[in-house]
Amino acid sequence: MSNNLVVPTAAEFIAQGKQPEVLFWVGCSGSFDDRAKKITKAFVKLLNKAGVEFAVLGAEESCSGDPAKRAGNEFLFQMQAMMNIEVLNGYGIKKIVTACPHCFNTLKNEYPELGGNYEVVHHTSFLKDLIADGKLTIEGGKFKGKKITYHDPCYLGRANDIYEAPRELIEKLDAALIEMKRSRRNGLCCGAGGAQMFKEPEEGDKDINVERTEEAVDTGADIVAAGCPFCNTMITDGVKAVEKEGQVEVMDVAELIASAADL
Amino acid sequence: MEYIPNIIFTVLLIAGVGFFASNIKKMIRNIKLGREVDRSDRKGERFAQMARIALGQSKMVRRPVAGFLHIVVYVGFVIINIEVLEIIIDGITGQHRIFAPFLGGVYDFLIATFEILAFLVLASVIIFWIRRNVMNIKRFIMGELKGWPKNDANYILYFEVVLMSLFLTMNAADFTIQQGVLSGQFTSEAALHYINAGSFPISGFIAPLFDGLSFETLHIIERACWWLHIVGILIFLNYLYWSKHLHIMLAFPNVYFAKLTPKGQLTNMEAVTKEVKMMMDPDADPFAAPDASEADEVPAALGANDIFDLDQVQLLNAYTCTECGRCTSECPANITGKKLSPRKIMMETRDRLEDVGAVINKEGEWKDDGKTLLNDYITPEELWACTTCNACVEACPIGIDPLSIIMEMRRYLVLENSAAPAELNGTMGNIENNGAPWPYNQMDRLNWSKE
Repeated sequence: MSNNLVVPTAAEFIAQGKQPEVLFWVGCSGSFDDRAKKITKAFVKLLNKAGVEFAVLGAEESCSGDPAKRAGNEFLFQMQAMMNIEVLNGYGIKKIVTACPHCFNTLKNEYPELGGNYEVVHHTSFLKDLIADGKLTIEGGKFKGKKITYHDPCYLGRANDIYEAPRELIEKLDAALIEMKRSRRNGLCCGAGGAQMFKEPEEGDKDINVERTEEAVDTGADIVAAGCPFCNTMITDGVKAVEKEGQVEVMDVAELIASAADL
Repeated sequence: MEYIPNIIFTVLLIAGVGFFASNIKKMIRNIKLGREVDRSDRKGERFAQMARIALGQSKMVRRPVAGFLHIVVYVGFVIINIEVLEIIIDGITGQHRIFAPFLGGVYDFLIATFEILAFLVLASVIIFWIRRNVMNIKRFIMGELKGWPKNDANYILYFEVVLMSLFLTMNAADFTIQQGVLSGQFTSEAALHYINAGSFPISGFIAPLFDGLSFETLHIIERACWWLHIVGILIFLNYLYWSKHLHIMLAFPNVYFAKLTPKGQLTNMEAVTKEVKMMMDPDADPFAAPDASEADEVPAALGANDIFDLDQVQLLNAYTCTECGRCTSECPANITGKKLSPRKIMMETRDRLEDVGAVINKEGEWKDDGKTLLNDYITPEELWACTTCNACVEACPIGIDPLSIIMEMRRYLVLENSAAPAELNGTMGNIENNGAPWPYNQMDRLNWSKE
């Protein structure tokens, strides 16, 4: 179904003597995780539709280093960062968009001290701007009457104070946006941050993603919207744990928009 | 003979303030055991932040009930200190209500304000006590608050109750004497010393209890309350150093020096940057002799094993923490029953810092006691439960950053001890070998576009 995706690499741009408007940083989840790949494709469809001249690094992209840094391995983080910065600076990249708040935070806040200075935007902010500029239009018919709750990813919300862009997008869908009790700056983590995604949780009474999913399900929402591939995985697992599969869907904001636009 | 009270008062005042100052000097010495950190930037923003969060209590009121009650006690504390100033001057000079002649009607208004505030403080403190001891609010009855921390919190409340009660009783006795003088009932020289000043909207209700008492009895009550009140304040001042209550002073510098960069931005380790740059520089000489200027330097530990490896702002954080537990009550790990409690991280850091300080007090210098903050106070299990979500940092009403301490200790575990959990070692191995946390080939990163 996605055979007609246009995904040029930065190398191809350079070969044609051109410079992309923006670099789409796909991230490891977006490249390899089956669920997250769907988010990547949905976002690319929107970029294609809006006629954005974007490039990806493809095989030249490597882990941003976020999990290494948060696991305490500063050496590995800086090795990754410096390799990536060398590639990005080599292509003269000025602006980066990414669908992963972890990559977003690391590229935006932690790369400058190592020589990587870019304008970094999260895909929800980027989509909001495309709509504001008239490059993308969405019709909400498909979601009319649906209840959507939005889960704030820690690395987008508290870490970088971005709370409104994803909500503004959801509001354009004609759906009812209902808030969980713990939202915005009080949002509860999904349990994946700080490299927890890659390890079993420490001993406790409950898994964090189940605690969060229960809260989301209790709102009566049909769809839990997220803006982070890790949160998506954690809440998808949570929905299975609370046996609401088939009743509650977990979707990225980009998927909602792409789906509304019938892409 | 006439000046004996003045002399006793002055000696008590100097001793009280002096002992407190000497303890604060020790506290500053302890804080300076930490690494230096430059927070001399963005002064305007720092002052604005201090005005908003510390002075303006903007984060306290995010929890409206506790926030409102806290503002009452805070405003009461600050304003009633004007009266303490008068009491101190009276004590030194032997005057009574020395401000009254200068302020006239304003003085009556001020005393009335103090009385109303004292009453509100009393009421708030009683509600605080009920919240803490009766209402089973989780953050007040958790494990780390058992024993001294719980008693400490209650002692502070008892101090406030006693001080406010003494202040109001003193005014009631004073008021009754003034009435007696006005009606011509009390005519002795000592009674005339009680000038007609002040307005007593609260203690006016206590005064009827004193009806019919002789001037001598009232005089004793008034003086006893006066002395106990000021001595109580001096004791309370000195109690601060041993208590979580230091926040009444430290909240201001703590908020001033708090991190201004985005919460998600962790610090960059310069020492590592230097090494990595050398490793990645194709022209670097791997056998080069170290720079002579650096040859004598003991390389600092990477990350934090003990309080010496933390920075001074982190140690100030530890002294500033009031153990309110808002951080812990928002922590996803703690909510789901993990051992981690951000409040406990701060309490353990302070305990360790004070234990180190006690050795220095005794020995004159630091002598290794065989313990470290990591493992002896804070366990790796607590550290590895953190999701770095910043909920604790967001929750703290006075700008404490428990996450930064957790991160420094994780760094030590991984960089100095290679003691990451096994699964994370696998993850890091993957990142190192194929540029992703999972074992996928980097060359396949674009496969999704063709699927």
